Amino acid sequence: MSAAEALLRVEDLHVEFPSEDGVVHAVDGITYQVHAGRTLGIVGESGSGKTVSSLTTLGLTRRQGARISGRILFEGKDLLTLPEEGLRAIRGNDIAMIFQDPLSSLHPFYKVGRQLMEAVRAHRDVSKAQARERAIELLGLVGMPDPPRRVDQYPHEFSGGMRQRVMIAMALANEPKLLIADEPTTALDVTVQAQILGLMERLQRELGMAIVIITHDLGVVAEMADDIAVMYAGRIVETASAARVFAAPEHPYTWGLLRSIPRLDRPRDEDLVPIPGTPPSLINPPSGCHFHPRCPYAEPEHSRIDPALEPIPEYPSHHVACLLDGARRRELWAQLRDGGTPDEALAAVGPPEGSS
Amino acid sequence: MNAVEQSTDQLVSVRDLVKHFPITRGIIFQRKVGAVKAVDGISFQIRRGETLGIVGETGCGKTTTARLITRLLEATSGEISFEGQDITHTARRPLKAVRREVQMIFQDPYSSLNPRKTIGSIIGEPFAIHGLLPDRTERKREVQRLMETVGLNPEHYNRYPHEFSGGQRQRIGVARAIALQPKLLIADEPVSALDVSIQAQVLNLLRDLQRRFGLTVVLIAHDLSVVRHMCDRVAVMYLGKIVEIGSSDDLYGFPRHPYTGALLAAVPQPDPSRHGEERRVLGGDVPSPANPPSACRFHTRCPKAQEICSVTEPVLSDTEGGTSVACHFPLSREELSEIGVRSSA
Amino acid sequence: MIRYIIRRLLLGIVLLLVVCLVTFILFRVLPTGNPAVLRAGRDPQPKLIKEIEVVLGLNKSLPAQFWDYLKEVVLHFNFGYSYYSQEAVRSLISERLSATLSLTVGAAVLWIVAGLSVGIISALRRHSLLDRTVMGASLVMISAPEFWLGLVFLYLFASDIGQFKILPGAGSYVGLTHDPWKWFTSLIMPWVVLASGSAAVYARLMRSSLSEVMREDYIRTARAKGLRDRAVVGHGVRAAINPIFTLFGLEVGVLLGGAILVETVFNIPGIGRASYQAIQSSDFPVIQGTVLLASMFIIIANILVDIAYAYLDPRVRYS
Repeated sequence: MSAAEALLRVEDLHVEFPSEDGVVHAVDGITYQVHAGRTLGIVGESGSGKTVSSLTTLGLTRRQGARISGRILFEGKDLLTLPEEGLRAIRGNDIAMIFQDPLSSLHPFYKVGRQLMEAVRAHRDVSKAQARERAIELLGLVGMPDPPRRVDQYPHEFSGGMRQRVMIAMALANEPKLLIADEPTTALDVTVQAQILGLMERLQRELGMAIVIITHDLGVVAEMADDIAVMYAGRIVETASAARVFAAPEHPYTWGLLRSIPRLDRPRDEDLVPIPGTPPSLINPPSGCHFHPRCPYAEPEHSRIDPALEPIPEYPSHHVACLLDGARRRELWAQLRDGGTPDEALAAVGPPEGSS
Repeated sequence: MNAVEQSTDQLVSVRDLVKHFPITRGIIFQRKVGAVKAVDGISFQIRRGETLGIVGETGCGKTTTARLITRLLEATSGEISFEGQDITHTARRPLKAVRREVQMIFQDPYSSLNPRKTIGSIIGEPFAIHGLLPDRTERKREVQRLMETVGLNPEHYNRYPHEFSGGQRQRIGVARAIALQPKLLIADEPVSALDVSIQAQVLNLLRDLQRRFGLTVVLIAHDLSVVRHMCDRVAVMYLGKIVEIGSSDDLYGFPRHPYTGALLAAVPQPDPSRHGEERRVLGGDVPSPANPPSACRFHTRCPKAQEICSVTEPVLSDTEGGTSVACHFPLSREELSEIGVRSSA
Repeated sequence: MIRYIIRRLLLGIVLLLVVCLVTFILFRVLPTGNPAVLRAGRDPQPKLIKEIEVVLGLNKSLPAQFWDYLKEVVLHFNFGYSYYSQEAVRSLISERLSATLSLTVGAAVLWIVAGLSVGIISALRRHSLLDRTVMGASLVMISAPEFWLGLVFLYLFASDIGQFKILPGAGSYVGLTHDPWKWFTSLIMPWVVLASGSAAVYARLMRSSLSEVMREDYIRTARAKGLRDRAVVGHGVRAAINPIFTLFGLEVGVLLGGAILVETVFNIPGIGRASYQAIQSSDFPVIQGTVLLASMFIIIANILVDIAYAYLDPRVRYS
């Protein structure tokens, strides 16, 4: 799939916020693409920059005094150069976003119907009656029972899962081409999560929209995403198809994530291997490779060189930002995949070539 | 298991435990018009040295159960015994001795530590409360030893909670909980508020401590994978009742209760190759605990429900070589694969 | 919902009774001497005093006196008679009511409109020069006593004694029906003076409430939906008003207190000025009557606020 077909292209995006303690480098040069009808999963923990990059796409970070550079191309137009009114016309219309906590994301004092109608009337010239019809239709679309009654209720009268359905209905009001979902199921029970994810998949098939799903849950991203971008400390460390990220990941951070989560499909007593240390400060990120302080395989010069996101030779669509030699990486992963710990892997593979 | 074995083996025994929170209405005088039946009659034992997991979704009563065992709440009816002694309604002062033995770790590392106290004083507080280690230097030394045990730098004794990350704060909570070398440690969602890469650190710490000090641990969580990894036995709760309880191998290998099956089917697996597999999603919402369904609480959402399920409440009964389940129509292996759960051989 | 309203009303009535009791006890207990003596004129004979005591019912037990008093107030709205002028307190109050209402209602409108709009603008332009000037000015307004502010205004703008003779001076109040224009211009300065403190308080409250609300997730959702700026701010104001609204009931009390001073400084023939004079001359029935009246207004205002709050916050209705 060539870059020219991408619905959304983010190119070398940098987002900085001034703060009392210094400049926060929330997003430190990321590049990724989203294609129509496909789902991109952005995986990262808190402080990885995953949410900021999406908010910036919609221009929602402009007010906070952010310094933004790079390009965000949506259907060929650079969103970063659009004036506010141009962006406003796109928000909730061509690109829609849903957030993590549906209780705090809906206005507590307005009826759900009113909030849905607003979403419609912000972009379409329709009467109130027509907007209300559309609101009821949307609630039905997201599987809400008894829409004509529910449309006149307040957010607190819905359960968590139902509220998230309302958020989704609101996002779909104008049939967006791209839906950005920021941790859409993190606050929900696991059975409700399954319902909501199933709903999102169904709607994607029916409406043909692209989805960016931002999450820290590797299970969710494995289910939903066609392609995955892994973010760490404001940078993308790896992008590939979902299959490859789980079967043949190339970046030590990805390895660390995969080895540190308990899984139902692995033996019960297999040890969890945590990533040592803590996520770095974004005000003073580590020099060179941002991950090197926590990387079990780091070599001395990794603190001096910034790794660039580059394709690996055998699979050009799989990009990784890592200074380790490709062959060495594959050997290390082979050890880890079979249940080894980083120490065991290092012992098995031996020291890097060219070192004493 | 005969009575003698039972009594030395059991650390905590819970029988028909009930906790109802009254709902009141009224203009001048409030009268009770209903109750939130948070815990509605559960019985189980906690065996010495084991790790028992309690899983369930919102409104199932697992957190209330934890608070009942630690006597942060008082039961509406039923019995709780600790080491053979009935502590259901013990008064505060005699309860203090029990409190030394039963400690709790809380979910939110950001609100469970007093922001105005240094962590040295937070971890040392249990000693102060129970009148132990009155000598300051001794206490400080012990606190620093505890800090090292949980992986904190003892030199940070005089720092305040806000200077630490979430994972570190959780370690502070753990240090405080094990300070008095309790027999029973109850961890209420200890890692849900933490980043993924930190969760494993804290979970490993808990496992480590348990092995080192022979702790008995009750782990309350909604993440089924975490519970499977950490716990020997698991109890599944739904709307204030235990619907299934058994060893982890049995419960995850061959879950019998339709709700357990639904829970396991719903867990997203970090394995894209399973994406296309058929999976049945449990529909609907959890009913309100103020107005739970009659008899089997799950019958309103259960794909296998029949008339008897709304009339006669199923009782927890053993299955041969498997879990104890409260269900009139437990799942078979074929049904398991239909809903998308891979059962163990 | 109805239950909620009924409960509020019943509590309000109970509160009024308590206020009655407290004022009654207060004025019987004050070391001011025997009311009978005060009413007996100069150098009274003991026999006259006794007779007056019987007439006033002072020879009965305290609870009996309270019961009589309560009956008079509740059934006949009879608050007694002024020691000073022998006039019925009730008619004294009703004559002056329209002036006080003109003053306080006008000031209340000004306070709410000015306070809230200034607060909203300040919140949206935080840390700007406008914001800082306004917040500084509001601090001055809150600190300045009404009587001082009133005198300053008169000194500056009164047509008789002021530097810039643009507004009618003290004592120029006329009823609305007599001369609407004069009524209006004579009240401009009193309105501004009376409203200033409360408006400043509200401006600061709105500023902080709205600033907090604008950081909430639902505002982010509103922006993400593509709503125009004005609509997004509207969402914010709607939520920001709630916590401020309950304070309205309290501010009514402050307003009434301020009205006493403002009426005196500007010589407006209202209840406030009458109570000021009554305090000066120890005219207890009048003081008592105005205290009761003021309490009634404050209690009613608070009840209305509580009821309105249930409409403002749908989450409250079902508890």
